[in-house]
Amino acid sequence: MGEAVAYEWKPVKGFALSGLFWGLVSVLIGVFISIQLWKPELNFPPFLTYGRLRTVHVNGLIFGFTVGEIFALGYYMVQKLTRRTLLFPKLAMVQLYVFNAAIAAAAVSLLAGMNRGKEFAELEWPLNIGVVILWVMFAVIIVGTIIKRKEEQMYISLWYLLSTVVAVAILYIVNHLSIPVSLTKSYSLFAGSNDANIEWWYGHNAVAFVFTTPILGMFYYFLPKSTGLPIFSHRLSIVAFWSLIFAYLWTGAHHLIYSPLPDWIQTVAIAFTLFMIAPSWASVFNGYNTVGADWSKMKSNYLTKFFILGITFYGLQTLQGPLQGLRVVNQIVHFTDWVPGHVHMGTMGWLTLTISASLYYVIPNVYKTEIFSIKLANVHFWLVLIGQMIFSVSMWILGIQQGVMWKAISPEDGSLTYSFMESVLVSYPYWQVRSFGGLLFFIGMCVFAYNIVMTIKNANNPAVAEGRG
Amino acid sequence: MSGSIYKRPIFFIIVVTVVILIGTTVMMVYPLFSSEMHPKMANLKPYTALQLAGRDVYIENGCYYCHSQMIRPLKAEVMRYGEYSKAGEFTYDQPFLWGSKRKGPDLARIGGKYNDKWHYEHLNNPRKLFQGSNMPAYGWLAKYPIDPQEMEASMKALGFPYTKDEIAALAGKTKLDALVAYLQNLGTVIPKAAKVSVAGKSELVNDAATIADGKKLFETNCVGCHGADGKGGPAGPNLTDKVWLNVAKPVSDETLFTIISEGTKEGKVIDGRTAKGGMPEWDELLGKKKIWSLVSYIRSIEAK
Repeated sequence: MGEAVAYEWKPVKGFALSGLFWGLVSVLIGVFISIQLWKPELNFPPFLTYGRLRTVHVNGLIFGFTVGEIFALGYYMVQKLTRRTLLFPKLAMVQLYVFNAAIAAAAVSLLAGMNRGKEFAELEWPLNIGVVILWVMFAVIIVGTIIKRKEEQMYISLWYLLSTVVAVAILYIVNHLSIPVSLTKSYSLFAGSNDANIEWWYGHNAVAFVFTTPILGMFYYFLPKSTGLPIFSHRLSIVAFWSLIFAYLWTGAHHLIYSPLPDWIQTVAIAFTLFMIAPSWASVFNGYNTVGADWSKMKSNYLTKFFILGITFYGLQTLQGPLQGLRVVNQIVHFTDWVPGHVHMGTMGWLTLTISASLYYVIPNVYKTEIFSIKLANVHFWLVLIGQMIFSVSMWILGIQQGVMWKAISPEDGSLTYSFMESVLVSYPYWQVRSFGGLLFFIGMCVFAYNIVMTIKNANNPAVAEGRG
Repeated sequence: MSGSIYKRPIFFIIVVTVVILIGTTVMMVYPLFSSEMHPKMANLKPYTALQLAGRDVYIENGCYYCHSQMIRPLKAEVMRYGEYSKAGEFTYDQPFLWGSKRKGPDLARIGGKYNDKWHYEHLNNPRKLFQGSNMPAYGWLAKYPIDPQEMEASMKALGFPYTKDEIAALAGKTKLDALVAYLQNLGTVIPKAAKVSVAGKSELVNDAATIADGKKLFETNCVGCHGADGKGGPAGPNLTDKVWLNVAKPVSDETLFTIISEGTKEGKVIDGRTAKGGMPEWDELLGKKKIWSLVSYIRSIEAK
């Protein structure tokens, strides 16, 4: 490794901090809307109503936080793994400014009620074009850097990044095809069942190619890097990669079970959903066995537990998901609060833990310093872990309760046992508990942000940096 | 050979694209062109300009995050919400609004379940009709007028037929009016099946216990519209004055049962009186026994 590569860290730093900022804002909005659910007086029309803020929460965390960090960590990994500097670093900086402007504009437009009416695809068409441009910039830089690489073999993380680049482009463009009415209004090009089918082909694969493949790429890179342990099985990761990206595209219609969609589409989707356990758990198995070479790393290296808990939640998520896909389970939990419980195990557990640990590794590295406080990182870990568990467990219990109440039929005269309102009334305590869990999670994220900011501050302060050195 | 694909990024990208497109083609592209995805019920009509404006309001305020518009073919669900959803009902839905979550009830067949007055009252203050409801109030929509020009452009974009008069009539309408018009049309393409009357005679003993049961049911289900004392409320008439369906003449227990059980759909003739709408049907939700307890309770609060 003799020759030093002049890596380009400015875009990495910029996206890491921007993503973190949008993440904090969006989590805070999440806590607020969770309170609106049990305190409807806190809706302030028209902009600060639940129906608008929820959109900002979800879009902020997908596009602001997750995609921002995918850009940051993607640009880090691609340079390290190709052992060359980033291609077109100036373009990456332009992309950074366009990204932040687009997220801000997106938030404002959503609060103003500009909404296409499709989940995770709400932004109006001028912003859709902006997102596509941002993604093309990302693709050009990532693919270009890989083509001009100094390291012949592409590591697993690069496969996941490349599949993300391709799949997100296809999914995003198709599901955003619109008939524009004005600059701020459009209608979906598709109607009824087709629109539903395309929406969930997109929606479920947003989970695949934003919340899974790039995060697995981070996992496969930063876990060995921070623990010093090599990945357990390269062959297993090959099998897992190809079967994962093949099968994911078949599964979207499991969001539409018992809908007017043709039965065969629902059934094929359910079958592939069950199959998905295999590639998902291959990565879980690989992760466990990697650290399994030396479990003492859980204690000696503060990042190991982030990765191991992260992949554990990934494993639980990918068992729970297929379970929900079974018709008999789906008819109970679908439409209930079980679903946000499920989603937030993936996002607050797997996704955030893995991204946080990767940032803990990257930030000191690119600022040439050490982490400000491992103790605070541990506080962060426990707060987000407990916060997420409170959130998910309370919603699972509530979801089953709602599902059973909605289905209950009195044996006496065959009438419905409960009115819908009765199922709302029992929900209040759970919703309050959920807000508490979310608040803990938010505090944890604040501790994380503080730790990162202080690390950067120390790096920029030569006295402290020397003192450490 | 097995290692070579990981050394050739362009080839790798092509293979990844092909792998992704297989599932995409079978599950998404093929159905686009298959006839089973394009049914249309014979009597389904495109949205009117006012209904479409209401649909826009529904979308811009994120109503679809809390209300589904898709009734699954499950027994309890059909009992609670009505006939299960058919693909042919959604031909003009761009986008579809089936939803993914029910923080509030499904709205696929809300059209005609209540009268307009009920909707205005409810949107103005949901908690006035349902104690403990967590729905935000939407009365503020009345402050925002519909823009006829924008709606004309929207109708054109979707290719829906409209007349100049229809567009002109939008002037003066508010977003609240549009939303109510949209809701009142939802699910009406499938007409409600006529009810088979099940009144019969009460098998309950008309004692204090039955009346107490009825009182409890009344408090859960009826006070929102008829007021805490049954003397009339925001969206329902006085039940104690012996005026039934606007005719000042008492009704029998069986007729009272029928009114609760089958509702007062506009034009329905009950005991020689023509209903004017407003009261939803309660047969599936409450069942015979509970409705008879309610009859007992209402009899107990009627003027002597």
